[in-house]
Amino acid sequence: MQFTIEIGRYNPEGKYSDAVSREEGYPPPWDKAPPRRYQTYTVDLPEHAVVLDGLIAIREYQDESLAVRCACRSAICGSCAMWINGHAHLACKSKLQEFTKNGKTRVESPPSMPVVRDLVWGMDPFWQKHHAVTPWLEPKQPMPGPREEYRVPNAAMENLIQEVSCISCGCCLMDCESFAINDQFLGPHALAKAYRYAADPRDATVQQRLDHDGHGGGIWDCTHCYECVQQCPKGVAPLDQILKLRKMAVDAGFTKNPGTRHADAFAESVRDSGRLNELTLMPKSTGFFNIVGQLQTLPSAINMLRAGKLPPIVHHKIPGVQRIKTIFQRVGGRFKK
Amino acid sequence: MIFDHDVLVIGAGLAGMRSALEAARSGADVAIVSKVHPVRSHSNAAQGGINAALGEGDSWESHAFDTVKGSDYLADQDAVEVMCQEAPGDIIEFEHMGCIFYRNEDGRLGTRAFGGASQARTYFVGDITGQALLITLYDQILKAGVKVYEEWFATAFYVEDGACAGAVALELITGELHLLRAKAVIDGAGGVGRLYEPSTNALICTGDGYALAYRAGAALADMCMVQYHPTTLAGSGFLMTEAARGEGAYLLDKNGDRFLKKYAPTKMELAARDVISRAETLEIAAGNGIDGNVLLDSRHLGPDVILKKLPQIHEMALDYLGIDMIKAPVPVRPGMHYMMGGVKTDIDGATKVPGLYAAGEVACVSVHGGNRLGANSLLDTIVFGRRSGKAAAAYAKSVERPRGGSALLRSEQERLSALLARPYKGETHAKVRLDLATMMDRYVGVYRDDEGLRKALEELKRLRRRYEDVAVGDKGRVFNQALQFVLELGFLLDCAEPVIREALMRTESRGAHARTDYPERNDAEWLKHVLFTYRGPDAEPGVSYMPVTITRWKPEVRSY
Repeated sequence: MQFTIEIGRYNPEGKYSDAVSREEGYPPPWDKAPPRRYQTYTVDLPEHAVVLDGLIAIREYQDESLAVRCACRSAICGSCAMWINGHAHLACKSKLQEFTKNGKTRVESPPSMPVVRDLVWGMDPFWQKHHAVTPWLEPKQPMPGPREEYRVPNAAMENLIQEVSCISCGCCLMDCESFAINDQFLGPHALAKAYRYAADPRDATVQQRLDHDGHGGGIWDCTHCYECVQQCPKGVAPLDQILKLRKMAVDAGFTKNPGTRHADAFAESVRDSGRLNELTLMPKSTGFFNIVGQLQTLPSAINMLRAGKLPPIVHHKIPGVQRIKTIFQRVGGRFKK
Repeated sequence: MIFDHDVLVIGAGLAGMRSALEAARSGADVAIVSKVHPVRSHSNAAQGGINAALGEGDSWESHAFDTVKGSDYLADQDAVEVMCQEAPGDIIEFEHMGCIFYRNEDGRLGTRAFGGASQARTYFVGDITGQALLITLYDQILKAGVKVYEEWFATAFYVEDGACAGAVALELITGELHLLRAKAVIDGAGGVGRLYEPSTNALICTGDGYALAYRAGAALADMCMVQYHPTTLAGSGFLMTEAARGEGAYLLDKNGDRFLKKYAPTKMELAARDVISRAETLEIAAGNGIDGNVLLDSRHLGPDVILKKLPQIHEMALDYLGIDMIKAPVPVRPGMHYMMGGVKTDIDGATKVPGLYAAGEVACVSVHGGNRLGANSLLDTIVFGRRSGKAAAAYAKSVERPRGGSALLRSEQERLSALLARPYKGETHAKVRLDLATMMDRYVGVYRDDEGLRKALEELKRLRRRYEDVAVGDKGRVFNQALQFVLELGFLLDCAEPVIREALMRTESRGAHARTDYPERNDAEWLKHVLFTYRGPDAEPGVSYMPVTITRWKPEVRSY
C-alpha cells in the first residue's frame, strides 16, 4: 500500500534554513522550535504498517539523512515519541492507515521541546523534572536482612505497577497544557513518579515528598486537561496518579497552599450555593490576607473586565441547594459540615 | 576532547549500569558511555522474570543443575555455581532498592514457572520485569551521581602497553570524536540481534561490544550458540514472553494438537527453548503449521491472568496483529533472540586483555553454555555486572593512569573522515545488513549443515567486499545516524565470522547448535569451548580451545 508521509525536517547546520515553509497557524503559537522544512515521501508498505515502519523505510532506502530515534519497534523502549498529525504519539504504535489524513501523515518533533535534528528532540526538560522528584526509594528503617524482602501486600505493589509501566517516552510532557505555559511545572511523568514513591509502603520519606510536590510547579499546577491520559501509550494515566497524590497530600495535612485552598473554595462554593462563585475563588485560593498575592491577580481581573468575562458581582444560590448539601454529607470527608 | 576516569563502562543496560554502580560503591570515579539513553537499553525488553532459588524447598544446587542441563553441559559449572548461589542476594538487593515484585498472600516475593526449571523460581513484575529492573537501576545511578555520556557511540577501545585503557567515542549530538581514558574498561554493550533477520532484538543490538573487545585482543567463545526463542509474534517477530507458557498457555499445531507431546512429553511447553524451537521448526516444515507459524493458546487462562500478569503481550498481539489473546490463539514462530556466546571472561568478568572486563549478553562467563534458560539472562546481568564492577574498581586501584591515546583519536578521526568521503556506488548499509542477516537466518539458524555453512562463509566474504563500497548517505555532523549505522555494520560483519566458523567446526549437535549432518552430541570431541581471536579484517581468526569446567554434574543424556 502507498503511504505519503510529510516530515518536519530541521538541521541546525543550516542546510534547510533557506527553505522554510509553514502553514498559517501551524504549529500553534506556543511553538518554541526553530523553523523547519516539511518534506514529503512516499513509501510502499503492508496495510498494517506503523509510522515507524515508514520512517525506517525512508531512512534506509530513500534518504539516509533523516534522523529519528528508535530501538525496540514495539512500544517498550520509548525512543520514538514524536508529533504525529499534531499530537504526541509513539511512531511504532501508530498505524499509518489510521493516521492518514487528507492523503498524508504529518510527522515532526514536538514544538514544545528543543529540537536537535529532524525527529530527534532534546529530552533534557523531561529528565530534569524526573530527577527533581527524588526518583528513588529512601528505604524505611530498619531494613530487612540481606536475604529478606520487605513484607508488603501484593495490592500495594500492584497499585504502583501502572506507573512502573511508564517507558519515559515523553508523550505526556510534550502535549501537557500546563507545561506549555509554565516550564517550571514538574509535568505529568515526574508527578506520576512522585506518586509511585510516595505511595510505596517501603519508603521512609513520604512526608517530605508530599511537602515538596505541593509547592509551586507541583501537583496543584495541573489543570486537568487530560492530554497526558489521552496521549500516554502505556496507560499510565499520569493525571490519575496526580489526583491520588493530591488526596495523599491533603489527608496528610499539607493544606496551606494555593492549590488546596483553590480546591476547598471550589468545593465550599458548590456545597453552599450549588454553583461556583468565581468572584471569591481567586482571593480564597491566594489567601484573603495575602495582599501582595491579591494585587498580583489584579491585571488579570482588569483584562477579564475589559473582555466582559468578569463573573457577576452578586452570587445567587441555585434552587434546592439543600439537596446539594445532602450529597456532601452522604459523601462525607472534609466538606460534610 | 580527552576525558579521564578510573573505570569506563560501555553500555547502560542492566549489566553496564549494575557494574557502574558497584564500581562507584568501591570508590572509583566511574563513567558510562551509551549510544542511547540508559532507559532505552534493550534490557527493558526482558519480559518474563528473573530466576533465583529463594523460596522454601528450593536450593541453589537445583537451580544450578537445571542451568547446566539447559546448557547441554557446555556451561562452566564453577560460574553457574557462583550465579545460582548469589542470585537470591542480588534479587533481594533490587527489592531493597525499590523494584516492585509480585507478592504472595503473606507479602513475600512470589514466583511463576519458567521453561527448563524443576521448580517455579522466577520472580517477576507483570510482564515488564526487565523494564522495572532497568528504571530502578537508572534511578540508583542518578542517586549515586554516576556520569553518563548519553548518546555517545564507541568506535574503538584504546589499548596502552597491552592493557585496555579507554575508548574513542563519537558524540552523536555534535559529531565530535572524543578520547575517554580509564584505568579499567567494562564492556556491557549487549547483544547482536541485528545479525539475524528476523530477530526479537532492538535495532540497537548491533554487536558493538563483541567487535570492540575482539578487535582489542579479547577472545570470543561459543559464538555459534544462538538462541531462537520459541514464541515470537508472526510478522513483526516481537517477543511473546515465555511467561505465557509459564502461566499455562499451550502450543498448538494447525489441528489444535499440543505437538510437544512428541518432543518433550514430561515438561511439554516448559521444556528448554532450543528443544521447543526445533520442534516448532520441524512441525512447520512438515506442513503442520499455519502460514509458517504455530499457535500460542492462552484462552483457558482467563482474562484475569492475561490482563494482570501478561498485559504487555496482550497489548502487542492486539496492536500488531489485531488478535485478542483472551478470545483467540496467537500465531508465533521461532525467532532469533539471544547469544549464549561472547567475550570470554572469568567469574569476575576479566577477559584475557588486562584492564578489560565484560558482563551481560556480550560476555561468555559461561553460564549459559549451549542454551540459556528463560529468566537466567537478567540474573546473569546483575550478578556478573556487580562482580565485574567490583573487580574492575579493584584493578583500577592497582594501575597507573593512562597518559597516551591521542594517536588513536587521530587515526579514528581519519577513519571516519575517509568513510564520510567515500563516493556512492550503489551500496548502502541497509542493503548489506539485510543480506547479511537474511543469510545468517537461512544458513546459521535453528538447523545447520556443512553445505549451508560453507555457503555462509563464502557469502560473508562477498558481503565484506560489498561493505568496502558502502557510502555514508549523510555528510552532516549533528546526529549523523548513517555514519553510526555504517560503523555498526562493520561490527556485525566481525561478529558473523566466529558464529559461522564455530558452527562449521563443531561437528555435533549441542544446545542451540543443531547440525542435521551430525545430530548427536559428541562429548568425546566437543565438550569444550571454541575461542576466536581477531587477526585483521581480511585474515582468518585464530582458533583455540578451552575445556569446560565440570565441578559436580557429569554430562548426561538431556531430555525433558
